[in-house]
Amino acid sequence: MIAGTVIAALVLVPLLALVWQAAQGSEGLWSHIVTYVLPHALGQTAILLAGVGVLVGAIGTSTAWLVTAYDFRGRRVLEWALLLPLAVPTYIVAYAYLDLLHPLGPVQALIRAVLGYDSPRDFRLPDIRSMTGAIFLLSFVLYPYVYLPTRAMFMTQAANLVEVSRTLGISRRQVFLRVALPLARPAIAVGISLALMETLNDIGASEFLGVRSLTISIYTTWVTRTDLPGAAQISLAMILLVVALVSLERWARRRQRYTVSAQRSRSFEPRRLSGRAGFVALALGLLPVALGFLAPALHLAVEAWKRFQFAGVSGRLLVEARNTLILSATATLAVLICGMIIAYAARVFPQRGIVIMQRVSTIGYAMPGTVLALGILIAMGSLDRFIDRSMQDILGVSTGLIFIGSGAALGYAYLVRFLAISVGSLEAGFTRIPRSYDFTSRTLGQGVGGTLWRVHLPLSKAALGAAGLLVFVDCMKELSATLLLRPLNFETLATHLYGEAARGTYEEAALAALAIVVVGLLPVVLLARLGRPEHTAH
Amino acid sequence: MTKGRMWIAGAAVAMTASGVNAQEVNLYTSREPGLVEPLLQAFTDETGVEVNTVFLKDGLAERVASEGESSPADILMAVDVGNLADLVDKGLTQTVDSDVLTAAIPENLRGPNNDWFTLSMRARVVYAANDLDLDAITYEQLADPEWEGKVCIRSGQHPYNTGLFSAFLAHHDAAETEAWLQGLKSNLARKAGGGDRDGAKDILGGICDIAIANSYYVGLMRSGKGGEEQEAWGDAIKVILPTFEDGGTHVNISGAAVAKHAPNRDEAVQLLEFLVSDEAQKIYGEANYEYPVKPGVEIDPIVASFGELQVDSVPLTEIVTHRKEASELVDKVGFDN
Repeated sequence: MIAGTVIAALVLVPLLALVWQAAQGSEGLWSHIVTYVLPHALGQTAILLAGVGVLVGAIGTSTAWLVTAYDFRGRRVLEWALLLPLAVPTYIVAYAYLDLLHPLGPVQALIRAVLGYDSPRDFRLPDIRSMTGAIFLLSFVLYPYVYLPTRAMFMTQAANLVEVSRTLGISRRQVFLRVALPLARPAIAVGISLALMETLNDIGASEFLGVRSLTISIYTTWVTRTDLPGAAQISLAMILLVVALVSLERWARRRQRYTVSAQRSRSFEPRRLSGRAGFVALALGLLPVALGFLAPALHLAVEAWKRFQFAGVSGRLLVEARNTLILSATATLAVLICGMIIAYAARVFPQRGIVIMQRVSTIGYAMPGTVLALGILIAMGSLDRFIDRSMQDILGVSTGLIFIGSGAALGYAYLVRFLAISVGSLEAGFTRIPRSYDFTSRTLGQGVGGTLWRVHLPLSKAALGAAGLLVFVDCMKELSATLLLRPLNFETLATHLYGEAARGTYEEAALAALAIVVVGLLPVVLLARLGRPEHTAH
Repeated sequence: MTKGRMWIAGAAVAMTASGVNAQEVNLYTSREPGLVEPLLQAFTDETGVEVNTVFLKDGLAERVASEGESSPADILMAVDVGNLADLVDKGLTQTVDSDVLTAAIPENLRGPNNDWFTLSMRARVVYAANDLDLDAITYEQLADPEWEGKVCIRSGQHPYNTGLFSAFLAHHDAAETEAWLQGLKSNLARKAGGGDRDGAKDILGGICDIAIANSYYVGLMRSGKGGEEQEAWGDAIKVILPTFEDGGTHVNISGAAVAKHAPNRDEAVQLLEFLVSDEAQKIYGEANYEYPVKPGVEIDPIVASFGELQVDSVPLTEIVTHRKEASELVDKVGFDN
């Protein structure tokens, strides 16, 4: 309870720093923004979010159902392969596709060869740099955020629910629409909202693809017009918008309970598809994997190989990979512990205050990474200076920058940024544990902590693992906060990649990009193992 | 020992040639690290002073300001004159009194109180398809209807472009600039976006006929340092140095300032002085294909092949003052939409 409040306060600090910035005033900003920027930016953002929301929901849910309700040749591989796009940051995918689909790239070259055109001046495809391009691209990368929790939900839905529905005479398709889908709604909602936050946050991919979203406007106000208070004001408005959206979704399902008796929970028997049906199922499932992962990853591998032959591999890459791993692992651990505390406090003490605390703790995810980093920078900088000055006054020793200099400020940024993922996943996991378990445990003499340790933790191992791996992958891909807050001489794979990409030397970046993908694959593979049902056979 | 005493002791060590402690200087840069690394290495090789770096794409000023007097930053390096002016405005820099620097850098390429220094220059040029019958063009002509659907450029909000548009504002009034931006927008072959190199790539790909981009990318492409593909992009274009109707070619700079609370001030000045030495200026040219700031230093042959650069006479310090207006005009005409 106290710990939860402290965590919520930690999340609030950068937000308050932002409010403080915004209060510095920004002359004439809003009349300009309202007239020239907002109409377009809001429209673009709305279209982008709506498009991505619908598409990730559709892809994530249908693939989750596909591998849960049906059995076919290749399903086992597909089960984990569907997670692969998680390993690739959106900005890398965008960059890979810009290359692949460019008139000079392999796809159009092939089409021209087939059609008999010599030069791109005679024939070329429409530009991928468009809203449609952005929606498709982001959706095929972000759908695993929906697939993962939804599949977990489908798998743990008691078979008897499905079997009862079947005996009541509804078809398999209707089971999906009328039983499974409504039951999986919290998971789908969490997944979609995560994907949308990622979309809202994304600067790289949107920038590459020429979509002028709200986030880009914040960025322009800050960087090009050096108007930090103005940028802070737009950010706050955007955060309000996000909080409103999330609250609306919660309000809409306020009366629903999703617990199922875990007593005899077993997944239902998937239907065996063979022959052509099986092949079609596999092909359908592979499509998002191919678009969201295989194509960009293969492109990177080819580019990286060319680069490797051309210039060899730099030793820096290994150091950077190590930095990335250590930083992400440490941050993940912190995020999980804090997430567990918040989610559990909300379950045990469902009073209003706690609910607010819980909402507050997830606000960091709604803040654009750069903005959050600025808030943290301002707060941590003051603290560092205060400590340094005090130590000089008292002991005559300069401590320098303890938090920024050590990278602690960076870990803090990751914590605030990704806490929502662990709270959300754990909460979703907890909702499936019946309240009666809590009561029983307490009656049997276990305290709040004991109940968490002996009942909830074991029962939500899968949710915990999934949350941990999602957070880890996200930390590894994180760029905006990392760029702003890292100490001297400290590069991660993402910052290296960005440095190269920023000066247009993508080919240099291919190796770093590939390394991110490879390192990112590790947790994804683990994630897949974790998600595998332990009792497929009855 | 107080910080002041430590500093004095540090300076004393620095002055005795064989200091026991490894000397170091901390560089905060918004310039991509790959571009400056060869220079920093050369400096370390020559002086034994280690250079620690952190690359901050944006937020250099915010970071240094937040760190305040505890900041380890010695040198602040930026790719745009506007960013340097910001650093000075926010009180994050200090005046440097160095004969070496003032002798090497022309006065109009230094901060008013020697609070920042230009280290290299690049021109905002036009790439044109090789088969295009075009040898000269003014920036004004880029908005002519004859180029409709033929021009490629990166985001109008990128500092390279707001720099150019600010310069346009220095030559024309706001209404003329707005009309020009509108015209330029309607000439775009695709959405404003990507990087400068994409201009060349897209010309080869048949998307556009001309592109507006920085001069040094051509050197990087044609030299083959980026691999064969980029060489092909670089070879597909010719470079035209545009001018304003009543002026010269727009250049922007990369430059640096010494941080206000620099703990290694002497080494910082030493590094700046090194960066304007003949040797370092030559490396700038060879590694980066930028124009040297120091008069008389040899220009790389690829860069020299663009023709003689007539730098626009409007001072950079004046151009900077139009930056906000330029950025707002970009929004107003919906340049990036």
